[in-house]
Amino acid sequence: MTHQYPALTAEQKKELSDIALRIVAPGKGILAADESVGSMAKRLNQIGVENTEENRRLYRQVLFSADSRVKKCIGGVIFFHETMYQKADDGTPFVQMIKDKGIVVGIKVDKGVVPLAGTDGETTTQGLDGLSERCAQYKKDGADFAKWRCVLKISDNTPSALAIMENANVLARYASICQQNGIVPIVEPEILPDGDHDLKRCQYVTEKVLAAVYKALSDHHVYLEGTLLKPNMVTPGHSCPTKYSPEEIAMATVTALRRTVPPAVPGVTFLSGGQSEEEASINLNAINTCPLPRPWALTFSYGRALQASALSAWRGQRDNASAATEEFVKRAEVNGLAALGKYEGSGDESGAAGQSLYVANHAY
Amino acid sequence: MTHQFPALSPEQKKALSDIAQRIVASGKGILAADESVGTMGNRLQRINVENTEENRRAFREILFSSDASINQSIGGVILFHETLYQKDSSGKPFPAVIKEKGIVVGIKLDKGTAPLAGTNGETTIQGLDGLAERCAQYKKDGADFGKWRAVLKITSTTPSQLAIQENANALARYASICQQHGLVPIVEPEILPDGDHDLQRCQYVTEKVLAAVYKALNDHHVYLEGTLLKPNMVTAGHSCPKKYTPQDVAIATVTTLLRTVPAAVPGICFLSGGQSEEEASLNLNAMNQCPLPKPWKLTFSYGRALQASALAAWVGKSENKKAAQEAFRKRAQINSLACRGQYVVSGKTDAAAMQSLFTASYTY
Repeated sequence: MTHQYPALTAEQKKELSDIALRIVAPGKGILAADESVGSMAKRLNQIGVENTEENRRLYRQVLFSADSRVKKCIGGVIFFHETMYQKADDGTPFVQMIKDKGIVVGIKVDKGVVPLAGTDGETTTQGLDGLSERCAQYKKDGADFAKWRCVLKISDNTPSALAIMENANVLARYASICQQNGIVPIVEPEILPDGDHDLKRCQYVTEKVLAAVYKALSDHHVYLEGTLLKPNMVTPGHSCPTKYSPEEIAMATVTALRRTVPPAVPGVTFLSGGQSEEEASINLNAINTCPLPRPWALTFSYGRALQASALSAWRGQRDNASAATEEFVKRAEVNGLAALGKYEGSGDESGAAGQSLYVANHAY
Repeated sequence: MTHQFPALSPEQKKALSDIAQRIVASGKGILAADESVGTMGNRLQRINVENTEENRRAFREILFSSDASINQSIGGVILFHETLYQKDSSGKPFPAVIKEKGIVVGIKLDKGTAPLAGTNGETTIQGLDGLAERCAQYKKDGADFGKWRAVLKITSTTPSQLAIQENANALARYASICQQHGLVPIVEPEILPDGDHDLQRCQYVTEKVLAAVYKALNDHHVYLEGTLLKPNMVTAGHSCPKKYTPQDVAIATVTTLLRTVPAAVPGICFLSGGQSEEEASLNLNAMNQCPLPKPWKLTFSYGRALQASALAAWVGKSENKKAAQEAFRKRAQINSLACRGQYVVSGKTDAAAMQSLFTASYTY
């Protein structure tokens, strides 16, 4: 290990770093529109819409038809494989629609969770086989970043040392392979909000997990300036009796990141993990106004927390498409402000924005 | 590992964090005056002074009895065990002399290197036995921070995985014990400048070593906000044919730190490692001017690079006390400017300042 065998040339590094910076440019975050077919089933079921390929296409069209207002607040969109190759009604490929808005296209590349035998229901994530070839193809087809989600859970005896080490290792392998193919890896070690643990417990576990992730990235020679992190915010478990303010969540989250995420990482794009749309925006805003120094961009990579209102407005009806798109643009702009610490809150906790989006034991 | 058993109370954390902040307050760095008896022997031999306890006491008195305004440049002084219990000519213990100037007293805690069998001449550091009791006593006797130096070396086969992991682990154990006793641990993983390797090689090795150190600190539940790091600057090996500018050194060093040192660490106090007084100041200055972000203080913890001129002015004669103090004050002030990026070279450098202080395979 004493000799460096450079994994990337200077040009490759620059390309990766430029892509990462474009995604998390000030005031911008990510639309996570990469729900698998199974996850989309749950979403569409909630609004009484059948889970067909056409309906999934129509729904993504609602989001991607957003006007130029989204250019200021959306830096990247994560696609599911199927969506990469779908087109709008007028035949324009979705990938092109997004790129034409100056937004970077990303692709979900993991293949879901698999059990770790001998543990208390813990998992790792698969998808490494042939990943290099898949990345090369996605790059040709328009993707410049990728996402891979690992899942950990807090209970009396989890996450175990094995789960932490194995998930950190697989994230590092994925990241290494992505970078070889000009793709910025978003590294997502999600610690689920399920459970009754308090804020401190989540902070402690998050610090341990992130330390392991960054050690693994270093061991695998990953170029940090060409990566992004997609962690959970530090929050209490969903059934924790103690309530915490956004400021407490912000302090716990930023403290955990300051102790584990090297400043070379250009941006941290939080997952929303079942928080309501408004909660996710308020918390992100608190994170960006917290008094601790923050050497990375702190922004959003939201799925449900960007789309819930749009989905309810759409309900599968073409006539509702513009209204639905408008709901999405509204949430996107709010989160763009939150990423700058400039969001003052809607004051309106009712309706779709306030509704908790928690689904027990969420797997995409 | 899922439950936190807090190592420190909030009060203990605050006390440690406050000490660390005081040491690296703006414009301040550390005087490393903790040379062991053997090492002082080397120093005194160069100026033809006998290595007696009185001579060691007399030289340290010259430094510590500097005018109180030295506290604008010096935030902490590291002492050797013998020195902690010595007194000035009026009978005042050195810790009191130093503290009266508002400077924090530190103590060297390691007990030197021990070989790692089965490696190519690599070492670990001993000193953990009874360390808790020693820390408690030193805290009573006036110390508020500790220092522990681990040593690694670059060759075609080193540093090995074992050397990196073992030294990182020992540093983390030392840090954990210090904090339990109210001492801020300075963590020093020195990679020697011996060799003909280039700047890139040193950068690569330093990144690997620091990643291992911070993983170990995390594993051992060390409170980062209550620690300081004392690393080597990233430089070419001393017999490398290629020459680099202070700006090259600065970019390589700060890049390395951005990739490995969490922002929660309040300060990084470089060792001078055989650089001349002037070189050490110029490099520190370049670091503080370089265009990369710097979320920690970047300052000095210099031994030879603060004392060489003072020693040369003293040459063991009490009538030279004022001249020696002036030489020390000058270097302290220059380094204070350098840690704010404000050192402007006058064009005149004296012989002692420029003389290389490199001693092959340096051990204290």
